[in-house]
Parts: sequence; C-alpha cells; structure tokens
Amino acid sequence: MSVVAVRSAARRRWTLPRIGAELGMLALAAIFLFPFYVFLTVALKTPAELARSPLSVPTDPALANFTEAWQRGDLGTAMVNSVVVTSLSVALLVACGSLAAYVLARRGTRLGYGMYLLFLLGLMIPLQLGMVPLYQLMRDLNLLQTYTSLIIFEIGHQLPLAVFLYAGFLRALPRDYEEAARVDGAGSLAVFRRIVFPLLRPVTGTVVILSAINIWNDFLTPLLYVGGSPQQTLPVAIFAFRGEFASQWQVIFAGMGIAIVPILVVYFLLQKYIIKGFASGIKG
Amino acid sequence: MTLTLSRPAVDGGPPATRRRARRARVPYLMLVPALLFYAFVVLWPTLQGAGYAFTDWAGRSETPGFVGLDNFTELFSAPAARSALRNTLVIAVSTTIVQTLVGLALALALHSALASRNLLRTMFFAPALLPPVIIGFLWQYILTPAGPLNDALGAVGLGGLAQNWLGDSSVALASVIAVIIWQNAGLTMVIYLAGLEGVPPELHEAATMDGAGRWQRLRHVTLPLLVPATTIALSLTLIGSLKLFDQVYVMTGGGPGYATETLSVVMYKEAFVSGRYGYSTAIALVLTMIVFAFALLQLRGLRRFEVQQ
Repeated sequence: MSVVAVRSAARRRWTLPRIGAELGMLALAAIFLFPFYVFLTVALKTPAELARSPLSVPTDPALANFTEAWQRGDLGTAMVNSVVVTSLSVALLVACGSLAAYVLARRGTRLGYGMYLLFLLGLMIPLQLGMVPLYQLMRDLNLLQTYTSLIIFEIGHQLPLAVFLYAGFLRALPRDYEEAARVDGAGSLAVFRRIVFPLLRPVTGTVVILSAINIWNDFLTPLLYVGGSPQQTLPVAIFAFRGEFASQWQVIFAGMGIAIVPILVVYFLLQKYIIKGFASGIKG
Repeated sequence: MTLTLSRPAVDGGPPATRRRARRARVPYLMLVPALLFYAFVVLWPTLQGAGYAFTDWAGRSETPGFVGLDNFTELFSAPAARSALRNTLVIAVSTTIVQTLVGLALALALHSALASRNLLRTMFFAPALLPPVIIGFLWQYILTPAGPLNDALGAVGLGGLAQNWLGDSSVALASVIAVIIWQNAGLTMVIYLAGLEGVPPELHEAATMDGAGRWQRLRHVTLPLLVPATTIALSLTLIGSLKLFDQVYVMTGGGPGYATETLSVVMYKEAFVSGRYGYSTAIALVLTMIVFAFALLQLRGLRRFEVQQ
C-alpha cells in the first residue's frame, strides 16, 4: 500500500478496481449507517405508517412527533440543564486542570511526580467503587438534585484526563518565556495567566472537546444525582421519556433526534478538531 | 491512555544549583483547587468504598458491621454476580479483539486514495460521539423481534437468520457486544488513522524497490509502526468495556435472566435498588481489581512484544 504512488496514480484516472473499491466502501458505509436510517425514518412516521411499512421512507413526514416530544418531554429544560452543567464544568475543569498540570510538569521532585501518578490513577479506577460513598456524601450535604453536585462530580471525574493532556503538552513547552517574565518580576500566577495559559491553546481545545462530549453524554451519575428533578440533563430526560412513552417509538425517536442535534451540529463544525482530539486516544 | 510511566527528565544541562537560583519554583498552592475536587470526588470516596466492601453496610441509619470476606464469598456463589463476572470478561475480551481488528481494517481502507475517504471517516466515527443511552434505545428498537433488523433480513431473503436478538438468552450477549463494537469501532479507526499518518511514505517506497508486495509491506512496514497506536486502542477499549454500563442498562437491564448482566449493572442494582451498599461496593472492588490486573497484564505483554520487534 504505497500511499504516495497510489495517490498520484489515483488522481490520474478511474480504473476498474478503484471504482470497485469506492463502491464497496460506500456499500459497507450504507450498511453501517442503517441504524441512522431507521432513526430518522421512524421519527418521521405516524404510528399507522410505522406499523404498515416499517422500513420505507416516510411518505408524509410527521413533524408532529417532534413537537410532541419537545413539549411532553420538557426537552427544552433538559437541554438548558445540559448546557449549564457542561459549560460550567468544562470552564472550571480547564482552570483547575491546567494550573495543576503546570505545577506537576514544572516540579521535577519526587512529590510532584507522585502527585502526577495519583491523578493518572483516576483514568483506571472505576467510578463504581466510590459511587455509593460519594452519593451519600452529596446527600448529606443536601446537594442532590442541584447543578452543583453534578458540576463538582464532572470536574473531579474528568480531571485525570485534563491533567494528563496538559502535563504532556507542558513538558514539551520551552520555559524561556516564563523565565523571561520572572526576571521581569512577575509572580507565578501572573506568569501562568499571561504567558503560559495562552500558549496552551491547542491542548485546551482538545481538553474542551473531549471533556464536553464526555460530560454531555454522561448518564449514570446524572441519573443518580438529578434523575426525576427539574435539573435533569438530556440523557436522563431521554431515559425517563422512554419509560413514559413505552412503545410510542416514533415520539421516542423524535425526542432522541432533538437530543443529538447539538452534538451533530458541533461535530460538523469542528470535525477536524474533534477527530484529532479523539485520535490522541483518551476518553474518560 | 498512553501512560508514560518513566519519570520525565526535568533538569539537564547546567548544574542544578545555578538553575534553581535563576528559576523561582512554581508553588504547590496552584495545585490545591484540582486536588480538592479530585480528592472529594475520586480519592476519598474510592478509599471509603474499598473499606465498605468488607461490611454489611445498608444505609444511613445502619452502622456498618465488619463481615470479613462474606461479600466476596456471596459474589462468587450468587448467580447474578457470577454471571456478571463471566459476562464482563467475555465482553471485555471479545469487544477488545474484534473492535481493534475492525478499527484497523477501516483505518487501512480509509488511509488510501478513495475519493470518499473523508466522508466515510466522518460517518464511521459519528456513533462514537453520541450518548450511549440513545445508542442503546436505538438498537433496542432495531433488535426487537418484529423490528427493522429482522425485517431487513427478510427483505433480502435471509429471514431464516431472524432472531429475538435481545430476548433470547443465547444471543443477547452477542447482540450487546455487536452494538458496542458498532458504536466504538470508529474511535479505534481514528486512533489507527493518526498512527498511519506517522508512517513515512519513504519506507514504503524503499520496501517496494526491494520487491516487497502489498501484504509484505503491510506485515513488515506498516504493522510494526502501528504498535503505539495499538497500545492506545487496546487499553482504551479494554478499560471502557470492563466498566460497561449505559448501553446494557438501557437495552436489556441485564436480562433476559442474567444473560447480559455486567458487574457495573449488578453493582448499580444491588446499591440503588436493593440498598445493599456493602455488597455492592464489594462488587465494585472486584471490578477495580480486574481493571488493574488487565492493565498490568497488557503493560507486560506489550513490553515483551516491543522487545521482540
């Protein structure tokens, strides 16, 4: 598979094997995307049409499914909740994570390295082990059914990923600028804010993308903390919705469609960065 | 999760004393906010959980009593937990192997001159971004006995293959595994694509001139250079699939019977349905041990592989 040779040859002409490969991959993709076809067509059908011809393209798109899902599922509220929880968690995560990684990457001491490993341990420890004690703690502090409980949890839960990404980037970052600023008499925090943090922009992008998607999609802990309350996030609302609408699949699918629109929009806008972020191989 | 465990060289070059004089230290105080969140959410509850695993704790009013290894004895004899233990291992091993192979195949196919390669990458990766809850419900519908999959099989003349995919305990686990792979194969694919970007084309040209065929180049040039990407893909899939909860919980809830029960699902039910906090944390502790054991095993295996290369 000599890439260069194949590429330049391919640019020249459409050979028969090449057309075959293109069509073969497209056929594979079509099979792979069949669930999305089901998703879209079911959401646009009336119950009668769904029963009559489950696999066909809807003849008269039933947009009523979407309005019903939106109103009865109170998805607007859930979407606002998801936006609030995700954005506040990510903002605080970026602030705490970058600061912590700065210390850990610049301190070469045994203590600094030990702390770094302690954070990395969080990438492996299943959250199940601390789940019950943390739930009790949140309950005793009267934080259940609040944004605060979820935001605190998400920050702590995503920190190992943020610290790992930031520390890796910082180690490769030359110190000349910071040192020059120090000579000019700037304090540690000022150096970080004005010099270091702006230089971290590429990795901040990765941290924001990965943690935002993880937090937006999170289900188990939000179910425990805010399930059944007006603060519930989208995945929890969809879960409740499924129970409520039982076998009205067309409404359930319309609701799920509404819930994934924000992710799909962001995906198509930031595709390159998202794929690059995930290619770095971390998912919390 | 590429854990670089070797201690990074921080000082080098000028003598340490001179550098230290020139360089003010970054204060540990800046670590405090992160450490507080991390200790509150992860460290402290995890330690508490590990302790409760040896008690019969059942809630706020009850004082936990030490029961030694009773919870673990029960875990290895109770049908739900035993089934969950077995399923968790089956899911982890099969998902990791198949997803890695599928992801690699997709990456090799799409790291080529196909005109549609960017569109196809976008498509294959899309499911990995969507909430597992939604993926779970989508497939729950697709896999119902009168659902789209059986309809589609009938439409292409394969009606004989139709199954009660999630309701028949002999195929339910395989169905769940297939859904997980469908959702995450794109993730493995992008990891391998990033690895393939790093393979210098000159190496392929040199191998071609030495008379190496397509397969030989794949086997002796590309694959050895993909070892780092494989490490990342394997550990990510392995750890993720060991902790699997969302898709199973929404698709089957662990059923039919105990056919698709996983440790995470049993743990959740024991804790928040039955209120058996002590027992549930014991299940979580076993899960944690398994995750660490696999991580160590993988680290050792890969090290040996890298030495052989």
